[in-house]
Amino acid sequence: MNFLGTIKGKHMTTNSFTGAEMVVKALAAMKIKYIFGYPGGTVLDIYDAIFQQSEFEHILVRHEQAATHMADGYSRATGEVGVVLATSGPGATNCITGIATAYMDSIPMVVLSGQVPTNLIGDDAFQETDIVGCSRPVVKHSFNCRSVEDIPNTISKAFYIAKSGRPGPVVVELPKDILMPHNKGEFHIETDVQLRSYNPTEKGHPKQIRKAVKAISSAKKLVVYSGGGIVLADAAELLTELVETLNAPCTNTLMGLGGLSGTHKNFIGMLGMHGSVEANKAMANADVILALGARFDDRVTNNVKKFCPNATIIHVDIDPTSISKTINAHIPVVGLIDIVLQQLLDELIETDYQIDQKANDSWWQQINQWRAVNSVGYTQGEGKIKPQRVIEAMYKITNGEAYVCSDVGQHQMFAAQYYPFAKPRQWINSGGLGTMGFGLPAAMGVKLAFPDSHVICITGDGSIQMNIQELSTCSQYNLPVVIISLNNRSLGMVRQWQDMIYGGRHASSYMESLPDFVKLAESYGHVGMQINHLEELDDKLTEAFNIKNRLVFVDVLVDELEHVYPMQIRLGAIDDMWVRKGEKA
Amino acid sequence: MRRILAILLENEPGSLSRIVGLFSQRAFNIESLTVAPTEDASLSRITIATSGDDRVLEQIVKQVNKLIDVIKITDLTERSHIERELLLIKVLAMNEKSRTEVKRITDIFRGSIVDIGKQIYTVQLTGNAEKLNAFIETMGNETEIIESVRSGCVGIARGEKALRV
Ligand SMILES: Cc1ncc(C[n+]2csc(CCOP(=O)(O)OP(=O)(O)O)c2C)c(N)n1
Ligand SMILES: [Mg+2]
Repeated sequence: MNFLGTIKGKHMTTNSFTGAEMVVKALAAMKIKYIFGYPGGTVLDIYDAIFQQSEFEHILVRHEQAATHMADGYSRATGEVGVVLATSGPGATNCITGIATAYMDSIPMVVLSGQVPTNLIGDDAFQETDIVGCSRPVVKHSFNCRSVEDIPNTISKAFYIAKSGRPGPVVVELPKDILMPHNKGEFHIETDVQLRSYNPTEKGHPKQIRKAVKAISSAKKLVVYSGGGIVLADAAELLTELVETLNAPCTNTLMGLGGLSGTHKNFIGMLGMHGSVEANKAMANADVILALGARFDDRVTNNVKKFCPNATIIHVDIDPTSISKTINAHIPVVGLIDIVLQQLLDELIETDYQIDQKANDSWWQQINQWRAVNSVGYTQGEGKIKPQRVIEAMYKITNGEAYVCSDVGQHQMFAAQYYPFAKPRQWINSGGLGTMGFGLPAAMGVKLAFPDSHVICITGDGSIQMNIQELSTCSQYNLPVVIISLNNRSLGMVRQWQDMIYGGRHASSYMESLPDFVKLAESYGHVGMQINHLEELDDKLTEAFNIKNRLVFVDVLVDELEHVYPMQIRLGAIDDMWVRKGEKA
Repeated sequence: MRRILAILLENEPGSLSRIVGLFSQRAFNIESLTVAPTEDASLSRITIATSGDDRVLEQIVKQVNKLIDVIKITDLTERSHIERELLLIKVLAMNEKSRTEVKRITDIFRGSIVDIGKQIYTVQLTGNAEKLNAFIETMGNETEIIESVRSGCVGIARGEKALRV
């Protein structure tokens, strides 16, 4: 980018720096490559310091919420900490949704927020909000930085906290007076952070590991239920090894997709509200459930009172609060998932584990019967394009290798169901908070990290309009993501609930006055495309993916009456499901 | 069931608000909360009296522990412990009879009269919550209570067990 300069040698003779320079030096020491942000009064000193360096690049978004999602997407794809810079007041409050999104999905993120000068704090000064207070319920931790000298170590602590243990977002508030030129201090940074009050457990307790393996070894109907923890810990290979060693059926949560390859023979699909019948049935009938980095979310369990009554539950998680929060765990194991997986594998060897062939065969026989229902299925027919058909085409054209970043709604569930992810970090979506508007900026963050890969934003006519302004950022930084909008002219997921639960009364679920998305994309300098007929779907999609250096917005007009199936029946057990309209599992 | 939790945490800006916020965010109950720095000024100690079933209690302890600032938390009610609360109470002592009554009740409860006005006595009493409740009730039967303030309970384990860094 042409605005980057350098300050090489400028301050090298002395160890005296302004707070703004310290922010930049500390970020460089954290080895960040990008910071996503938007300028304003209280952070102009930081912007000035960023302008004069070349260690990392600043990406200017069009709305601070998008900065947080972009940093988030970048982090989900790379595993690195996503970094955000926002001004005080409205800039900071615009970040809240993105911080909460990262918090719910345990994404490491550091948000630097400006604040009014220290002497004005509490006076309702111009653009003052208590961002530490506002964000408190949705951060892992936060810091009020109050002196120049504190800046470097506060930033290094923030990074350490964000990425260690159960990752999460950390907010650092920086009042303007400690950033300004008149206020200088010495720069010292401790990159090896030690905190007496924070020591996340790493290894699983050996006694619990032994108990877990004992339960696994005597299981006749074992299910491995794995979640986002596997993805965050890059533990997919170990998970695969374990599943193969046990020849166990394995289901992934929405957040855990790709943890075990979607095409692996032991994969029985996603579980939960829109999971496969075989996954939910296997859970309901299991005698031992091995939960790995998953948290028994209400979108998985359905009615907790009816949840898997006959199963012994082994729950491995880095966060003790996740264990026995909604579902009581019989064998809790606290530890980093990759380390615990290795411990389990070692213990299986140690105890000379052998598969109980007879039990394993009959368990798989039962599962294959459930599978035969083909609950994740649809019929295309002659008429309108089915949304599921679009995802399948997308899968074929990209060889199953694309990064798929989703918004929230029916399209999200179709993508989760019909694009079998081979690898972790390939599927990027807001699972915990369900944030419409996440998809596009997240995809931009991914594209920045992996410019040579296919990066798809799968979205809907509702969600895309929640951060549509970022099409401008895409032009500025040349981020040629492929946007595929399953345009059903409605807030489809809302309408589905209204159809199923609210007697078909479509209160505010229509998107009247939709824009012409093709022209809209073009006005930002991108390629716009509309697909209206089934016959042209494959060719036009292929064409879209062949355009390498420009963003393509593909507006696919899909059947607006399609519902997401299967679907759990409210208040029922995990496996009480509608397979199709009026047909129970 | 009523529980008394003792928390040792970093004495930093915002650390108390994180505890209080956590309780309200997760709909945990706070009966009373007291906080002050310890002999090591870098540490604060909080005592929270709360209630809930075993599952709720387990979550409270885990969630508090998860806060970055928190060094340790212990449930004092799990084993034998000492619990104290301070009460300051202003009561009407208009005539000889009520003055004698106030003095008598105060003596029985081992409290002390710490201030005397023309018509009002101020009494100080320490003890556990039950004792303070009983005292307030008895006093209220004899004379009019003008004002009262309770510190909320503090607690410490009996014997060797200690909550320290
Ligand atoms: C910010 C936000 N507001 C509201 C919702 C509730 N919500 C969930 S799905 C949905 C509809 C999404 O519509 P669209 O993006 O067109 O996707 P579709 O379901 O039609 O595929 C809504 C409103 C949400 N998840 N996020
Ligand atoms: Mg829609």
